[in-house]
Amino acid sequence: MKAAQTLTPEDFESDQVPRWCPGCGDYAILASIKRALPALGRPPHEVVFISGIGCSSRFPYYMSAYGFHTIHGRAPAIASGLKATRPDLDIWIVTGDGDSLSIGGNHLLHLFRRNLDVTLLLFNNQVYGLTKGQYSPTSPSGQKVVHKSTVGSIDTPFNPLRIALAANAPMIIRSIDRDLKHMGSMIQRAAEHHGSVFFEIYQDCHIFNYGAFTEFVDKNSKLDALLYLEHGKPMIFGREQDKAIRLDGLNPQIIDLKAGAYGADDALVHDEHDEAGLLAGILATFQERKDFPRPVGVIRNIERPCYEDMMTDQVNDETEKGGGQTLQELFESGDMWEIKK
Amino acid sequence: MAKSTVELQEAVIRFADDSGTGMQVSGDQFANTSALFGNDLSTLPDFPAEIRAPAGTLAGVSSFQVRFSSTDIHTPGDHVDLLIAMNPAALKNNLKLVKPNGIILTNEPSFNNAKNLRLAGYDQNPLQTSELDKYQVVKVDMIDLTNRALEEFTELSKKDKDRAKNMFALGMVFWLFNRPLEHTVKWIQTYFDRPNRRQYIEPNIAALKAGYVYAEATELFATSYEVKPATLQPGKYRNINGNTGLVFGLLAASQKSGLPLFYSGYPITPASAILHELASYKRFGARAFQAEDEIAAMCAAIGAAYGGSLAVTASSGPGIALKQEALGLAISVELPVIVCNIQRGGPSTGLPTKTEQSDLFQAVGGRHGESPLPVLATSRPSDCFDTIYEAARVAIKYMTPVLLLSDGYLGTGTEPWTVPDLNSLPDIQPQFATDPEGFEPYMRDPVTLARPWAVPGTPGLEHRIGGLEKEDITGIVSYDSENHQKMTLYRAEKVQRVAQDIPPTETVGDSSGELLILGWGSSYGSIRAATEQLRAEGRSVSSVHLRWLNPLPNDLGDVLKRFKRVLIPEMNLGQLRQYIRAEYLIDAEGLNKVQGLPIFASEIVSKAESMLNEKKRGASTIK
Repeated sequence: MKAAQTLTPEDFESDQVPRWCPGCGDYAILASIKRALPALGRPPHEVVFISGIGCSSRFPYYMSAYGFHTIHGRAPAIASGLKATRPDLDIWIVTGDGDSLSIGGNHLLHLFRRNLDVTLLLFNNQVYGLTKGQYSPTSPSGQKVVHKSTVGSIDTPFNPLRIALAANAPMIIRSIDRDLKHMGSMIQRAAEHHGSVFFEIYQDCHIFNYGAFTEFVDKNSKLDALLYLEHGKPMIFGREQDKAIRLDGLNPQIIDLKAGAYGADDALVHDEHDEAGLLAGILATFQERKDFPRPVGVIRNIERPCYEDMMTDQVNDETEKGGGQTLQELFESGDMWEIKK
Repeated sequence: MAKSTVELQEAVIRFADDSGTGMQVSGDQFANTSALFGNDLSTLPDFPAEIRAPAGTLAGVSSFQVRFSSTDIHTPGDHVDLLIAMNPAALKNNLKLVKPNGIILTNEPSFNNAKNLRLAGYDQNPLQTSELDKYQVVKVDMIDLTNRALEEFTELSKKDKDRAKNMFALGMVFWLFNRPLEHTVKWIQTYFDRPNRRQYIEPNIAALKAGYVYAEATELFATSYEVKPATLQPGKYRNINGNTGLVFGLLAASQKSGLPLFYSGYPITPASAILHELASYKRFGARAFQAEDEIAAMCAAIGAAYGGSLAVTASSGPGIALKQEALGLAISVELPVIVCNIQRGGPSTGLPTKTEQSDLFQAVGGRHGESPLPVLATSRPSDCFDTIYEAARVAIKYMTPVLLLSDGYLGTGTEPWTVPDLNSLPDIQPQFATDPEGFEPYMRDPVTLARPWAVPGTPGLEHRIGGLEKEDITGIVSYDSENHQKMTLYRAEKVQRVAQDIPPTETVGDSSGELLILGWGSSYGSIRAATEQLRAEGRSVSSVHLRWLNPLPNDLGDVLKRFKRVLIPEMNLGQLRQYIRAEYLIDAEGLNKVQGLPIFASEIVSKAESMLNEKKRGASTIK
């Protein structure tokens, strides 16, 4: 076992060859996480990756840590049982949009509601990949089942951030598969947080939904399409840093910093720690607003008591209050009678 | 007038009233007092699924039956000597259970109420017709008498005073069977000792005593009865219900194995009591997790087992149906999880508060794929402790999920339990892998075929597991056809090897003969009582009761073949029968009842007699 400070990405690399399609965004995410983990200070044997079913959920096989590839949608529930009993472990859930917003939606909600100290990495590619191209709960309306239908989905997509907020996830992060640097720093931030982290990663499915996030990765468009959030910093974006978000009442608006009417001082300043989640709620709506940039970074970061800590406290308090009653004494408490020989 | 006392070997009493009126409490108090008195006893709570069904309706009747005896008994009794019917619906629902010339104690004013009669489906007051002529009917105005007894408690409303009538009725029954009041007085003092309840302590005691004195002073009952203490085996006893037995067994298994206990559950009748009770034992390190659904409860247990806890979840049939996919995962990753099914009437929501044993097929074959797991069943409330302890021992020794079958009757019914000495319980020794040298996640113990329990946090043992088929030894994902066959056979063989831990089958009666009555689960008492009765009549009848349903005991085939006929009474349409016929090619016959109630010993006796007399073959379904 190596000392934590000497760990390298190779220490987290398993002997299994990843079996994702060529060009899949999962490769980039795998590389980012391998690169980020050594700096987090936890040796591989203290790290556990738990996944559900889907392309993303093959992730644990490619990490040299403890890994559990479970069943469709249930990774948060399995992780909850593990974290509740083993708070000492560093637990990561790897899941996809179908896995944890459709079949496993309930478990995702309750994981955040309880607030177990785990990070849930949701690889959102807006499609079912492993089952070959059906639309997912995050697919935009109109998305077609690949090759099979001439008309598109009539489902309204979920906005994952709204769901995480509804469940009161204390930390919400968004990043993009191809942005290795941003991903790396966000993984660092997630690891530092004590509590549940909802970490949405836009991930390109090269085969069934190619190009879903092109505008966020293409160097010609991404600076206008993305809003990089930083706590305490004004929300300014654009290739020339010439646009900003201003709040008009409760409505966000895009202001042009070159036009003269508004200056940088008018820009909304990001506050990760907004307890009520109002600001995060506004940022969540950007994806539903025409021409608004997509916020990436730490959208929300508050502290709430963790489930496993409270559970441990209860066990310790009750043990103390129990006054050392033995199990034999418990069995023999209440109405007993003895029949003598 | 001095009254006579008649000594009885045993008696069966059934308390019945609207749910929410305290009849379960009255019954429970009578049972506990009898237990402390030294009787052997068996109880059967029988209540509706609704918390408060409309008052006076047949659907709202809540009953509690207790049988107490000076001899060893096995069932709560088929028929009752005394029915306490507090309203017409309680009478209507339970009359068929009263023995001819049995006593029916009624709360008379409730029968003078036209609405109550109508709700119970009576055109006329049955206390005034000839309908009850073959019984000893005792009519008492318990409302008026209770109110008069509580006159001095001027601060209490009439409604509150009326509510104490269950204690008045209990007081009368205590006198009738020569039972002391002390235990219940003490219980009242403890139970109501909390804010906004203390004002009920003295009125309840007064009502209890008033009922006792009233029965003594009046000539309603010509005699009182006495049931002497039973000669139980020496030891320390307490009264226990099956669900508490399971909880105590889990706490014991946790302590003996040194594994922290993790219990996850989702509210469901009749299994919820396990969650409630375990949550109150955090001081023994128990971590109770109320999950968001049944699937999560199963999955959280798997997560806890993966981390090295003694992991348990319990539910009833509908919840077990939801857990099956995850149970398949537990089989595939070979982790020890205990799953309890407190069975109830099905299918679907079925009869939530009524008992049935119709989930045997679900337990043995419920998952998809070839997915065997050990299945064992408890047979008595007092057997739940040992059965779940055994389930834990086997789960850990063989690294496998184990399914334990109980049912609503066992879960809520009570009987005396010999408190075990923790030191005398068998050892449970989990073998955690720690040595990276030569470690492979799917290497196997040559005797048990168990794979190593390598929990996260162990340096050098990092490995990946999952629901995909794994390569033998290495555990690497494998789609190889021959490997799949090999792994499938390993999983089957491992469960079969549990049979090496099953003791030789015990037969009640001779080891060969005309008829063997074979059973499992909560029909134990009725089968045992029927066997004893038939043998006393000189019949060549024996019985065997199975704790292990998968695998079946190695010697069971030989045992069965020593009898000319085999009868399998079950609270289902013949699930064990079909299984036994398939397994041993034996023409077993059935006695099948799905009425939400235990099979009566008398029903088994008459089926056995008809088989022995008429040599008639085939299954019978009780109509």
